[in-house]
Amino acid sequence: MSESAIDRVAAATPAGIARRVRGLSDRAIAWLFVAPAIFLLLAVNIFPLIWTIRLSFTNYAANRPNRAVEWVGLRNYQRILTDADTWANMQTTAHFLVWTLFFQVLIGFTLAWLINRKFRGNDLVTTLIVMPMMLSPAVVGNFWTFLYQPQIGLINYAVEFVTGIPASSFSMLGPGGWARWAIVIVDTWMWTPFVMLICLAGLRSIPDYIYEAAEIDRASKWRQFWTITIPMVLPFLMLAVLFRGIENFKMFDLVVLLTGGGPGDETLLASIDLKREAFEKWRTGHSSAYAIILFVTVFGLASIYVKALNKVKER
Amino acid sequence: MKRAHMASVAAISLTAALASNAAQAENLTLCWAAWDPANALVELSKDFEKQSGHKMSFEFVPWPNFADRMLNELNSGGKLCDLMIGDSQWIGGSAENGHYVKLNDFFDANGIKMSDFVPATVTGYSEWPKNTPNYWALPAFGDVVGWTYRKDWFARPEIQSEFKAKYGRDLVAPQTFAELKDIAEFFQGREIDGKTVYGASIYTERGSEGITMGVMDVLYSFGFKYENPDKPYDMAGFVNSAGAVAGLEFYKSLYDCCVAPGTSNTYMGEGIDAYKSGQVAMQMNFAFTWPGFEVDPNVGGGKTGYLVNPAGPGGERFAQLGGQGISVVAYSEKQAAALEYIKWFAQPDVQAKWWSMGGFSCLRAVVEDPSFPTSQPYAQTFLDSMAVVKDFWAEPSYATLLQASQKRFHDYVVAGNGTAQEALDGLIADWSEVFEDDGKM
Repeated sequence: MSESAIDRVAAATPAGIARRVRGLSDRAIAWLFVAPAIFLLLAVNIFPLIWTIRLSFTNYAANRPNRAVEWVGLRNYQRILTDADTWANMQTTAHFLVWTLFFQVLIGFTLAWLINRKFRGNDLVTTLIVMPMMLSPAVVGNFWTFLYQPQIGLINYAVEFVTGIPASSFSMLGPGGWARWAIVIVDTWMWTPFVMLICLAGLRSIPDYIYEAAEIDRASKWRQFWTITIPMVLPFLMLAVLFRGIENFKMFDLVVLLTGGGPGDETLLASIDLKREAFEKWRTGHSSAYAIILFVTVFGLASIYVKALNKVKER
Repeated sequence: MKRAHMASVAAISLTAALASNAAQAENLTLCWAAWDPANALVELSKDFEKQSGHKMSFEFVPWPNFADRMLNELNSGGKLCDLMIGDSQWIGGSAENGHYVKLNDFFDANGIKMSDFVPATVTGYSEWPKNTPNYWALPAFGDVVGWTYRKDWFARPEIQSEFKAKYGRDLVAPQTFAELKDIAEFFQGREIDGKTVYGASIYTERGSEGITMGVMDVLYSFGFKYENPDKPYDMAGFVNSAGAVAGLEFYKSLYDCCVAPGTSNTYMGEGIDAYKSGQVAMQMNFAFTWPGFEVDPNVGGGKTGYLVNPAGPGGERFAQLGGQGISVVAYSEKQAAALEYIKWFAQPDVQAKWWSMGGFSCLRAVVEDPSFPTSQPYAQTFLDSMAVVKDFWAEPSYATLLQASQKRFHDYVVAGNGTAQEALDGLIADWSEVFEDDGKM
């Protein structure tokens, strides 16, 4: 009988080490393996979180190391939650979140549904469609700024061509109420392909025999769509919404490049406001409280959503 | 005796070690904004490298990110920068928080007198607390907001006659803001050389400091004051005085009537582009931009005129201070070499060369030289402007104060929300909250 590799390794292990390993329980060995990961998690995630919570009850300012740090209780939270500007920024964030998700789901699903049909050049079209999401937000922000430019931008010229409204008479990123929609358009352009890809994965996971059975039962295409396609793609769609929702709640770079939060505070999302509080105004205690509020909001909403997602999956 | 001898030997050794350390060639890093003057300083600093044996490295950050990046560096006690040419408003925070080395003893030991520099630059760039002889920087680059205008367009006979017919006066460089607005309106949408041009380029940037610099540049001459001169931090009736409200309304009216479309987030760079490309007849911008216009093929060679900030309705004439002082960073391990650089930079011949290369020297020996006003087409305007400067708060909380004004001004001027009175009343509330938090009110 030939000696197995395990036996050979065991025989080669020095006696001292073998004794020590033999003395460890399975649980201990498991802890040994996960300990580095847990240590990293504690150091990189949990400790900063606890520290941020602690700072949120103080008047600490990172640019004022010589100032005495005072315990201010719930004052930071109270100021933020009673500040009309905070709520206005939350509304702006909600506007951005809801409309980007709406358009991305609508267009993304439609594109996926169309691409799922076999046609010549399918792969090329898919590649072209997913290109925007491969670009850096910095690049996208900059070239959309040019596209929106009233004098040289293509968007304004297109509007003039279609409607007759003079190109230089309005500014998508300036005053006039268009800025909020301008950032929704850019994010939709960039991230719809992501939703499309996830929907496409969902559509391709539906076995053909289900549709064939429906055909035999003389179900109409419309009925097949609502009773087979939508329910079976829904978990994928909800996952895409979860990813995009969390990302867009934290949206920063694209909007800063496009509008800087302006005009006025018209596109000042909560994340941009938070960055200004933390690293421009240097109100570290205040911004820590702000961060905790945003974290709890995202965490709470995401938890509710994940529960709903699990229920959909169980059906 | 033996112990004393050993102590002497140790002291001598230590002194020798320190001396050799001081003489050792260092690699110094100077941090500043990424702009034309910084390139001139790189060239100028080659002389220092030759003379001292030290090597100079530079860390330049574009203006919109300059404060973010460098204040992060200072607040974290970073050792990246040995020398910092920091913005004038940083002086309070950098002094109080120990980011900069106090230079009084160094100046005394090396015969550097602050009286040798333009007084406004000493107050603006070096002193903290203001108007006290506590120096944290050497005035390095004088700057001020002024105006440039297309002298060649103003001089065209057909434009001259049309303007005279419309306004009953000659088209000349405006001396008051009312005149400036008339001229801006006159040029707005006009066809010149087959191209549509616009009245003026003004600051409207939201993210960093742009719109505040622009609005303040106008408000000072309309009677705005930061506080009661007799009662510090008492702002009611000064920040929101009738004159200040009129000034803010004026700025909005200028924005509404006379800027190019799509200029709702513009600062220095965009202003330069608009002016050089022939898009605007007049441009608000810091003086540092002027040398670049003189050599530009489109607007240089006598086509550009330079103008001190116009006067307000009451005849008062002030301008927003820009510019920076050069400081030694307290966290640097090469402070001796950094101080050597400052000593070298303060020399009159170096300052004269600095001016000749496009750097706006603050040394009186340079700017009061009889040949100075004619040395460049903009030299006299620079001198006159520096005589009427005012600056934003330089308090340790300046960044918070600045963000409040950015929000209030942009919300009113660009987004068109509320009234000027509401914007300034709101600004007092914001600033009061900051000063209350700082225990100053």
